[in-house]
Amino acid sequence: MSKEPVAVTGIGQTKHVAARRDVSIAGLVREAAQRALDDAELTWADIDAVVIGKAPDFFEGVMMPELYLADALGAVGKPMLRVHTAGSVGGSTALVAANLVAARVHGTVLTVAFEKQSESNAMWGLSLPIPFQQPLLAGAGGFFAPHVRAYMRRTGAPDTVGSLVAYKDRRNALKNPYAHLHEHDITLEKVQASPMLWDPIRYSETCPSSDGACAMVLTDRAGAARAPRPAAWMLGGAMRSEPTLFAGKDAVSPQAGKDCAADVYRQAGIADPRRDIDAVEMYVPFSWYEPMWLENLGFADEGEGWKLTESGVTELDGDLPVNMSGGVLSTNPIGASGMIRFAEAALQVRGQAGEHQVDGARKVLGHAYGGGSQFFSMWLVGAEPPDA
Amino acid sequence: MTAVSRDIAVVAFAQSDILRTTEEQSEVEMLMPVLHDVLDRTGLKTADIGFTCSGSCDYLAGRAFSFTLALDGVGAWPPISESHVEMDGAWALYEAWTKLRSGDADTALVYSYGKSSPGSVRDVLTRQLDPYYVAPLWPDSVALAALQAQALIDAGDTDEPALAGIAARSRATDNTRAQLRGSVPQGDYVVRPLRTGDCPPIGDGAAAVVLAAGERARELCPRPAWIRGIDHRVEAHGLGVRNLTDSPSARLAAEKAGAFERPVDTAELHAPFSSQEVVLRKALRLDGNVRVNPSGGALAANPMMAAGLIRIGEAASRIHRGESDRALAHATSGPCLQQNLVAVLEGDPR
Repeated sequence: MSKEPVAVTGIGQTKHVAARRDVSIAGLVREAAQRALDDAELTWADIDAVVIGKAPDFFEGVMMPELYLADALGAVGKPMLRVHTAGSVGGSTALVAANLVAARVHGTVLTVAFEKQSESNAMWGLSLPIPFQQPLLAGAGGFFAPHVRAYMRRTGAPDTVGSLVAYKDRRNALKNPYAHLHEHDITLEKVQASPMLWDPIRYSETCPSSDGACAMVLTDRAGAARAPRPAAWMLGGAMRSEPTLFAGKDAVSPQAGKDCAADVYRQAGIADPRRDIDAVEMYVPFSWYEPMWLENLGFADEGEGWKLTESGVTELDGDLPVNMSGGVLSTNPIGASGMIRFAEAALQVRGQAGEHQVDGARKVLGHAYGGGSQFFSMWLVGAEPPDA
Repeated sequence: MTAVSRDIAVVAFAQSDILRTTEEQSEVEMLMPVLHDVLDRTGLKTADIGFTCSGSCDYLAGRAFSFTLALDGVGAWPPISESHVEMDGAWALYEAWTKLRSGDADTALVYSYGKSSPGSVRDVLTRQLDPYYVAPLWPDSVALAALQAQALIDAGDTDEPALAGIAARSRATDNTRAQLRGSVPQGDYVVRPLRTGDCPPIGDGAAAVVLAAGERARELCPRPAWIRGIDHRVEAHGLGVRNLTDSPSARLAAEKAGAFERPVDTAELHAPFSSQEVVLRKALRLDGNVRVNPSGGALAANPMMAAGLIRIGEAASRIHRGESDRALAHATSGPCLQQNLVAVLEGDPR
């Protein structure tokens, strides 16, 4: 028996900001969940199960917070799963929820991801104590900067490419009312003049630290038929993992990312991603990851990704728009960032992305990664169901 | 809802010795022999496995993303299809079961591990409570279980000698992996009415299970433990809104898993405190004909994050060995049995 098709019929986000001091953690997740239910025109009683994800519990200082959140998410008396796969978790959480529908375990599932980073300091939360990590390797930027440098050396990409990505994403964010950073006076010169944090990554080429939540209602074919608004249909979804460090690891273009994309394309019948996919929401926490992932995901040949960025292909009005929402560079509640990519991809094919809508977007990829470039989760969503 | 499309079974189980402390070992070093053991039992290699899922907790490890290191033990190269839950491994098994059910994979490796020894687990578990209204008071896990035990005594559901009997029966196990076996003194009150003997030992350990679907299961195991049903439910977090003498979530999960359709001969319950076995026996309708916790249960060995998966593994092993035909396995999470999972396992007719 084939799998049940999975539809996204409700999407909700909070307005992402540096600190949501007006709400508790429960209030934050419930706000996103309620908006997703409102979008699907469903009530809490219509939900069969809840799948929640977030990054390390140290970010809020609550161990396994889903136990405390059971009431706020209407999960009492229902199954509740908590996913944690590092930075890719928002995407993985959506995929675990989608599989409950695909396997016909449940008809309608609420999936939620969040981070309330103002409760702690994410950079130090991610910094392991010595001797497990060398001194001065503070936060994710310190880990990823050498990989960016390796990419630049390998491809000969000009130094300016990173700033072009940041300038584009921050301008896209101005069209997204939920984005954290709204830098109305942003200029390319300002990006290029911002302080160097982890050479070659500048302050303006780095993701912010955000409080935010994202939620989606995933449902089966019958649920989609009852939905008040167009559904986004999952055409393919996959997760891949590889170890953090090992001899022969390609930290610039990890095999796990290539394999994950290939699996998604196989499921969705994508022969040429550059031609068949209309837009991408990818996980770019540091600007240079846009060209790096363009290659890893098969949108450009090896060494050619930066040319797409430089020539404007990935602009909102380009041939392959990337991070129309402003991306992780403009909004980063870590545990939710992957789900926001997945949700923004779904918004595009539903034609509900507002000012940052790509005209005629029919197939859009959502992408997330985490750990030491080792955990990948992706889904491809379309405006038509998989069997259409 | 469509019926289960394919039969899925536990085909192998392995666990480490559960020890009071493993300070000379990292989590990976504790886990690796268990992974090798469980794969050896099936002849499978990492690359043969369709889906891998694990359960563990950063708060026990004391570091963010602690599960990433465990991947080194798995040998995730070439890259594998893999996921992780910040829950007991029983829920990782549930996620893997859905992957097999949807047809995405034919085999799955599930593992979990936890080291409680480095910190004070009573204090650590307070961080699991409502961060605004409860956690600032630091009510520890034993104190909360004691509230539950006292409520049971007040309701006439048990008394202290009966609780001591549960503790003694649990530790009379012949399970050589268990941490506490044989005659263990009931001891003084830790938090009244719970005595040392009513509380689980604090220890470290790891466990792993291999799942397989359909004919693949029969190839890998002479007598697979078929998962006839599996379900899990959560209750409200606030203890004040719950009736602590009952477990409606365990009962509902059991009902959804089909546990009440026919009697089981064996039950492996994840009841860290003796009093919680009383709650679960009632909710799961287990009478005197059911062998409860022949492994010794969590009172004999309670490695956090693995103890629930071990219940499923122990129940499955009994079916593999022909000592059970239909068994119930239970896992719990959260204060006073807040979240519960029930699986019903069966062997082919003999």
